[in-house]
Amino acid sequence: MIGLYVPGDSVVHRARAGVKLTLLVVFLGGLGVWRSPAVVAGGFAVVVAVVALARVGVRPVLAQVRPTVLVVVVVAAAQVWLADVRTAVVVAGSLLLAVAAAGVVTLTTRTEELLDAVVRVLRPLRRVGVDPDRVGLVLALTVRTVPVLVSLGEEVRDARRARGAERSVRAFAVPLVIRAVRHADRLGEALAARGVDD
Amino acid sequence: MIRLEGVSHRYGERWVLRDVDLRLAERRVGVVGANGSGKSTLARLLNGLVVPTSGRVLVGGLDTAKDGPAIRRRVGFVFTDPDAQIVMPTVAEDVAFSLRRSGLSKAEVRSRALAALDRFGLAGHADHPAHLLSGGQKQLLAFTAVLVTDPEVLVCDEPTTLLDARNAARVTALLAELPQQVVLVTHHLEQLEGFDRVVVVDEGRVVADGAPADALAAYRTLLL
Repeated sequence: MIGLYVPGDSVVHRARAGVKLTLLVVFLGGLGVWRSPAVVAGGFAVVVAVVALARVGVRPVLAQVRPTVLVVVVVAAAQVWLADVRTAVVVAGSLLLAVAAAGVVTLTTRTEELLDAVVRVLRPLRRVGVDPDRVGLVLALTVRTVPVLVSLGEEVRDARRARGAERSVRAFAVPLVIRAVRHADRLGEALAARGVDD
Repeated sequence: MIRLEGVSHRYGERWVLRDVDLRLAERRVGVVGANGSGKSTLARLLNGLVVPTSGRVLVGGLDTAKDGPAIRRRVGFVFTDPDAQIVMPTVAEDVAFSLRRSGLSKAEVRSRALAALDRFGLAGHADHPAHLLSGGQKQLLAFTAVLVTDPEVLVCDEPTTLLDARNAARVTALLAELPQQVVLVTHHLEQLEGFDRVVVVDEGRVVADGAPADALAAYRTLLL
């Protein structure tokens, strides 16, 4: 979701964010309820078809799935050990399909539209004191802040290495926390300057 | 017209500005000073990000202590680090964020955001993640997101400090073209060429104020 949107004009791109999120929930629910290799195979066919319809290319989808592969392999190995190969295939396949399907939604939907859909869903909670717009802003800021923190982490890691303290956890954690807090401070100031809370 | 009347400010026990009286009516005003001189606080006073401990700051007759929201609609602010200023995940979304209370429809907001991005050469990046832009592009995005609301005054706090020479020159050229009143805090004295007035701040006080040539000469003497 970190700004992974691939611009396009496909039918998947044009579908409303709320519809895509609902279908995603239905798809994930289906994988969870009907646990069988046949359903996983069917799910795979659905994801392939949607990727083809979306015309975003296979690579961006694989890029979304790749970080989870190690976890899925560990989970599959555990299932083989604790249950059987069939269960391992279903669990691992379902996990990969879930990530891929969620990936297709984020690749074809602007973050803004996703957040709007979340804000719409939360609107009835206004009666119990929830501010949907504030929740949407917090989610957007979270998405925006992840790459900033990654970049801060890389800077701190390089600085630690330059000073020959590669193995010092403190030399990594302390400056990272300080920089993160400083960033949060500046971000707050920027939000104030842009009229948030006015 | 911006007026600072008897303005002093402190953070905790540390006074960062003392007895500042200024009337800023010129179209291009530069503010220079050493690190820790109080110039960034001075800039933040101008759109109510900082409210003075004593004295008052008036923008177009409005008091920043009482009319903060109205003043922030009139006075745009560009920070040193665009990474802290860009709050939305993608380029167009960040510009659109500035227009969220404009009363325009979503389509109009997007159209206006795209037009603003086009003006600053960023239209091709509209749907790109903001974090993938170069440092110069990020700063241009920060400017775009502020200028899309068409503020009357633009306050910039060292907007080129993190930029290379080429991007700093782009920002300088951009500032020169703007119709708005610009208050520029900078260490890059060459950026003040063509400015109408330069204010020199040292240890929280205005120590020189006037035509750029005279004020910068005083500043250089101060640095010796």
